Amino acid sequence: MSAVRPSLHNLDPIGPGHRVTLGETLPLKLDCGLDLGPFRVAYCTYGTLNADKSNAILVCHALTGDQHAANPHPITGKPGWWGTMVGPGKVIDTDRFFVICANVLGGCMGSSGPAEIDPATGKPYGLRFPVITIRDMVNAQAMLLDHLGIRQLFCVIGGSMGGMQVLQWAASYPDRVFAAIPIACAAKHSAQNIAFHEVGRQAIYADPQWHKGDYFEHGTIPRAGLAVARMAAHITYLSEAALHRKFGRNLQNRERITYGFETEFQVESYLLHQGSTFVERFDANSYLYITRAMDYFDLAAQAGGNLANVFQGSKTRFCVVSFTSDWLFPTSENKEIVRALNAAAANVSFVEIETDKGHDAFLLDEPEMFRTLKGFLDGCAEVRGLNGAAP
Amino acid sequence: MNEQRSLVPSGHRDIRRDLLLIAEMVAPKSRLLDVGCGDGALLEYLAREKDVDGRGIEIRQSGVNACVARGLSVIQGDADSDLPDYPDAAFDYVVLSLTLQATRNPRKVLHEMLRIGRRAIVSFPNFAYWHVRLQLLFGGRMPMTAALDDPWYETQNIHLCTILDFDELCARDGIVVEQRIAVDGRGNRDGWRLQGSMANIFGAQAVYLLRRRGT
Repeated sequence: MSAVRPSLHNLDPIGPGHRVTLGETLPLKLDCGLDLGPFRVAYCTYGTLNADKSNAILVCHALTGDQHAANPHPITGKPGWWGTMVGPGKVIDTDRFFVICANVLGGCMGSSGPAEIDPATGKPYGLRFPVITIRDMVNAQAMLLDHLGIRQLFCVIGGSMGGMQVLQWAASYPDRVFAAIPIACAAKHSAQNIAFHEVGRQAIYADPQWHKGDYFEHGTIPRAGLAVARMAAHITYLSEAALHRKFGRNLQNRERITYGFETEFQVESYLLHQGSTFVERFDANSYLYITRAMDYFDLAAQAGGNLANVFQGSKTRFCVVSFTSDWLFPTSENKEIVRALNAAAANVSFVEIETDKGHDAFLLDEPEMFRTLKGFLDGCAEVRGLNGAAP
Repeated sequence: MNEQRSLVPSGHRDIRRDLLLIAEMVAPKSRLLDVGCGDGALLEYLAREKDVDGRGIEIRQSGVNACVARGLSVIQGDADSDLPDYPDAAFDYVVLSLTLQATRNPRKVLHEMLRIGRRAIVSFPNFAYWHVRLQLLFGGRMPMTAALDDPWYETQNIHLCTILDFDELCARDGIVVEQRIAVDGRGNRDGWRLQGSMANIFGAQAVYLLRRRGT
């Protein structure tokens, strides 16, 4: 029997940061029709909120990210997932800005999700947790901001599913978002992306240790299924060129092929490693819920099918970013957002970053992205009257 | 869209003199779209000097990224394909400087500019400039001037026209010329040679301020 991570049974937030209980008096109305409340949101903050609370930046994490954007991860010990972007003197300069990053609703790092104990049964929710959407995640974040007394965010930024949240923020709360930076995302999840997610979910369902979501009660976790889901997904985050550059057809710890089914190629070893480390820090049911939330995302559908209507009258300053080698959220899908923003006469910039690193480029050291985003944020800060002075 | 080249060096805070002519047609605090904005020099100048709320479209991604890094609102795109996205009268001015001749469908581009902007500002090299005429007449080869500096096999200028041609298109399509400034090869705009019909001979390039009739 494999050891269960204490994080999945323990309601205390893991590692540094805060956790707040929200929705106690007024529950969160979920898209699925259910009310959720009270519920918990775990979050980290960096920097200092200024006197008029105008320097807050909300960082939205991606599918497998969490609130630990700029501090070492409490489980893996690795640097924060966006330590390249967030920190003193970085693009999101914590000497100037107050940065908030919250674990999404449905996540497994301290915010309410399927691993949380259902007070009604005393057991983890599992699949009895309500199905959530990107909009539910954003509404939960808005309640967190109310709790923090922040009326308007200076900026909302995020890549991939984080970018979807950015778009939803701009759509749902236009007056609360001064600037929005959706990176490597789309206004709707494509059929191909839903297909990849379904492969991952099926891998989890197929693992006998999954037990229809009640694996904690059986004292196990569906390691194999979740690892395969991660492996399949991880391929979509890279590019053919990057895989070739990193691994080519290089063999793993051997001189020649052995005509067997052990790990022959380096790329296999790499993927196995990605899968096995992932299961140590991520909950399989959370993976189901969050991939589902992405699949449901279709912003135009919230406005009668016309994406431009979503942004009509928006005063938010947008900067859309895509990457040339990203085939999960290709430039064409990012440009659809730009086109809709133009049709709404919104204030929009759009940059495409030349890179062979694929979708994951938004997490990596991309000097051109840093340079343009810094310029965009500086320009916005000037208009907003945040003239570089530390709070 | 071809890269905009400096016709005449300008001493005025790093902005080309032909852009300065455009800038003087723009009212302060207006909303403006610069199509083919290059490195954003005009947008930056207008934001600084006239408090203009500017946006840009630029075909070269490197130019776009440079603009955004300077705090300007710019997207990658081009005049032929991206103008239809914008709603009617979204801007006070839509600017197209030294680029009309490089578009696939200049007439359509012109009408799109006047649809999304209350005014359009267009500049182009005058193919009836006397240098051009003489080179073709006596040299017998495709003319090359400061404004037309690529050989025929490399130029992106596929729809060159003269001042007369442009005036005629405006008249035919119900476009009102509110102002026209022609400049000679040295950037001068004054003198009888650059007024009226003489401009078509002595003007190296022209800048037009346009609106639709009845607006």
